[in-house]
Amino acid sequence: MKNIWTIAKREYNNYFNGPLAYIVALVLLFSVGAFFVYLTLESQGRAIYGGPPLEPNFLNVVFVFLMLFLAPAITMRLLSDEARMGTLELLLTAPVRDYELVVGKWLGSLLFVLSLVLFSLIYPIIYNNFVDPHIDYKLLLSSYIAVILIVSALLGLGVGISAMFSNQFAAYFIALGLFFILWFVINFPANFMSSGGELFNYLSVANHFTAINNGSFTLGDIVYFLSLTALGLFVGTTAIEIRRWR
Amino acid sequence: MIKVRGLTKDYGARRAIHNLSFDAQQGEIVGFLGPNGAGKTTTMRILTGYMPPTDGEVIVAGYDVVEESLEVRKRVGYLPETVPLYTEMAVFDYLKYMGDLRQLPNVEDRVDEVLEMVGLSDRAEGYIANLSKGMRQRVGLAQALLHKPEVLILDEPTIGLDPGQVVEVRNLIREIGKERTVLLSTHLLHEAQNICDRVLIINKGKILAEDTTANLQSRLAGAERVALRIRGEADKDLIKTIQKVKGVEEAEIKGDGLVEFEFAPGKDARPEVAKQVVQAGYDLLEMRPLGMSLEEIFLELTSAEGKKK
Repeated sequence: MKNIWTIAKREYNNYFNGPLAYIVALVLLFSVGAFFVYLTLESQGRAIYGGPPLEPNFLNVVFVFLMLFLAPAITMRLLSDEARMGTLELLLTAPVRDYELVVGKWLGSLLFVLSLVLFSLIYPIIYNNFVDPHIDYKLLLSSYIAVILIVSALLGLGVGISAMFSNQFAAYFIALGLFFILWFVINFPANFMSSGGELFNYLSVANHFTAINNGSFTLGDIVYFLSLTALGLFVGTTAIEIRRWR
Repeated sequence: MIKVRGLTKDYGARRAIHNLSFDAQQGEIVGFLGPNGAGKTTTMRILTGYMPPTDGEVIVAGYDVVEESLEVRKRVGYLPETVPLYTEMAVFDYLKYMGDLRQLPNVEDRVDEVLEMVGLSDRAEGYIANLSKGMRQRVGLAQALLHKPEVLILDEPTIGLDPGQVVEVRNLIREIGKERTVLLSTHLLHEAQNICDRVLIINKGKILAEDTTANLQSRLAGAERVALRIRGEADKDLIKTIQKVKGVEEAEIKGDGLVEFEFAPGKDARPEVAKQVVQAGYDLLEMRPLGMSLEEIFLELTSAEGKKK
């Protein structure tokens, strides 16, 4: 367990050694900020006609949509670069279990994104001061749980994919492709099916995220994201084990 | 200590290591000698728990590398061939990270200690990216020494170092080898001769010879050969003079006042040869033994292997 923390800590600090962390933070916070301005203006407009203000959970939709592009960039080099630089040999001959390595990497990236999530809290807090009646705190909490769950799953899958490649760009595009399929494409067949479409709808990341983000979710939605995370980490650990045998 | 029995490793259809068996005791420095692609690195990777063997039994520091990989890894220090370093980290931070992964107590003090050992204390705060190849090599060595491993496995430890550093690193290895088991690979024969107690000569995944460096030399050099130099040109009379001495088996002119002669092992003819040469009126300038170098032994063994096929 201690090893997981040691690896996570290094990865977390390592993000700030390169430009990637700052670019990701800039893109996320700027884009969410722009929608924050829109949200504020829209609610003001509604207030003139006595309408209720919009809920800020909409901002997290923006955050998560951007994460579809950014999460692969955050995870792409986590294990692929270790393989390319040969440092994997160092880690695999240190007394560290394969899964500790993979989970540590995932945890490091998750902590990095969680710091950005924490930063993004500033928007609903400011927004709350502008609107009357105040925002729905329970809905906001649910929305942030949705963000943490989906980010955990995306990063888990990203780490798993990173473990399979020695080239970080290959890892990026494979992860990006997978996230797009999971978000946009996978529930497509359900539209053409008279029955049995539930399976495809269940596999859609977007459906589960929207459910939790809107505060009406079941245990199944949470289990879905936790399973995806576990799947990603399992694939990553297996990929590392396969590397040993080659 | 290291115990290897019947070690075999296949990469797909290619057999990289063929039924390898050897031992290394505590307090012994064993050299692994062979050309590129001989299977040195593969063997070392198996010993360090990086990859599993296809077949055979490997015991390192009392633990089986397959069954108790983590226990082995705790007790082995490993310097891979291409020193793997996080170039974006400072030297001290890198070593501290590796120490933390090994869950060492008082990591920071220990890092200072090993930096002192490899002579890098003044570069502790510097980034690895800015270090020369020799310095990186020493950072890698520091990493391998961090946890005071029982067994030290070094893949080409002196490659890329300048002559001064080579001497330092060899002294360091010798020092460590007094108490621990050291297995090092090299393709520099004089290096093996210089620091190793015992040498394993390996080619195409098989051990060709295994002995102490001294024994290997005498075993392969059937007779003792000596070079002798006089002032001026050597002539046939000189050869006759030398050949008359009891025990001398062969003498020939090598030109430029140089003569080489051989005598049977155990019958040292040198004092008598010197006496006779001087009495015959020649100015004797030099006389030195021409022990067969590891280079020659190595070439002989590897080419003999080639001829068999």
